[in-house]
Amino acid sequence: MNDSLLRELVPAVIGVLVRRGADFAAAEDAVQDALVEAVRVWPDDPPRDLKAWLVTVAWRKFLDAARADTSRRHREVRVETEPVPGPGEAVDDTLRLYFLCAHPSLAPASAVALTLRAVGGLTTRQIARAYLVPEATMAQRISRAKRTVSGVRFNQPGDVATVLRVLYLVFNEGYSGDVDLAAEAIRLTRQLAAKTSDEEVAGLLALMLLHHARRTARTAPDGRLVPLAEQDRGLWDTRLIAEGVDVLQAALTRDRLGEFQAQAAIAALHADARTAEETDWVQIVEWYDELVRLTDSPVARLNRAVAVGEADGPRAGLAALAELDPALPRYTAAAAYLHERDGDPVTAARLYAEAARSASSLPERDHLTRQAARLNAQLRT
Amino acid sequence: MAKYLLLKHYRGAPAPVNDVPMEQWTPEELSAHVQYMRDFAARLEGTGELVDSQALSPEGTFVRYDGEGRPPVTDGPFAETKDLIAGWVVIDVETYERAIELAGELSAAPGAGGKPIHEWLEVRPFYAAQPTVTE
Repeated sequence: MNDSLLRELVPAVIGVLVRRGADFAAAEDAVQDALVEAVRVWPDDPPRDLKAWLVTVAWRKFLDAARADTSRRHREVRVETEPVPGPGEAVDDTLRLYFLCAHPSLAPASAVALTLRAVGGLTTRQIARAYLVPEATMAQRISRAKRTVSGVRFNQPGDVATVLRVLYLVFNEGYSGDVDLAAEAIRLTRQLAAKTSDEEVAGLLALMLLHHARRTARTAPDGRLVPLAEQDRGLWDTRLIAEGVDVLQAALTRDRLGEFQAQAAIAALHADARTAEETDWVQIVEWYDELVRLTDSPVARLNRAVAVGEADGPRAGLAALAELDPALPRYTAAAAYLHERDGDPVTAARLYAEAARSASSLPERDHLTRQAARLNAQLRT
Repeated sequence: MAKYLLLKHYRGAPAPVNDVPMEQWTPEELSAHVQYMRDFAARLEGTGELVDSQALSPEGTFVRYDGEGRPPVTDGPFAETKDLIAGWVVIDVETYERAIELAGELSAAPGAGGKPIHEWLEVRPFYAAQPTVTE
């Protein structure tokens, strides 16, 4: 049985249950229970219509749970035993579910966890492992998130921007367990892109594809980070790059620019260069200008300063950097890089060592320490 | 989310405000302290923020490699060693400010006289996962 095919059905099945009158939290639980049964039963007895099977079993699980709950509370069963023919699927249930799980009332980590479970169909254990927390903690995070959105009407329109932020977080920030979060984020964004014509959804999908294409090249066999300029470009996945570029170009022609499209454009320009030297830094700086205009993000300004250093020389880069707050993450690392390019290895070595002390990940710390060590060894000879 | 270690010391942290050694507390005060720690951990599990909570025995041994084919050398405990870790709580929280808030709560655990110890706790960030998008 194809696991991702099974999980693709999850949001639609939850949607059916909700339209039949189940509240979201109970529907979500019932579908998880149905999935567990599917995994047990399907290998020996695969149903012809997977979705219909899941709907039937999940609805039965929901009724069982509702009855048990009601008898505990000595109340009447409020739900009909026979499914009520709900209103037609006017707006896509899956889309509704994305909005609900990324509802602005949720903290980002809660929205991430709820999206991975209710839209992605992952188990609590899988999500807990991906974020290195105990299963009990993740279960609480999810059930709190469900309580938070319990008052939200399922058919309320949502804001696609909040959904994109959640999917971006799934792509960009997770450890590894038995689930490939980057691939899962791409799957969920692809599914979303198929249901909306929003240019930024396409922009985010393109961004993910273009970065995912470089995944193998980004890490050396010994686990070391390989900076973009030193990556073996033969390892880049040309199929993913081609898809990313296509998706991006289609979005850009509609002329409704947003931050993800701008970021994807920068990634596409990197992907387009056969060697690091051939990189079109002038165009990249222009895209960073757009990104700064769109987001006013200090991180975009910092990356812009580094790009300016490539386009117009390290002095220009250092001048752009000097206008920014030195407390920005990766400011010191960027300064170290630009000083080395400017022919000042003494300052660069000192700044790399300083940057290593404030790195936020272990591979980054090791990378920066190695840069400092490399320069110090050069300076000794 | 970001993970932080809230580190408790037997020795090595600045002196707390309510600085009475545990062995001089009443049994009821000790029970109240232990219950506070349990409640703290349970509350964090409920908010989806608890990763781990552990306490360490103060007795420890220093060990080091002593060359090929030789057993490791052991030594200590060293009374003069400055730091002595008593235990920790690992949390997974949305912001640094939340980590500080929780450390403040943990530091309010009751001690002698049932009053908060005002113990100094060390808050240390974990290294995060390496992000994919950096340029």
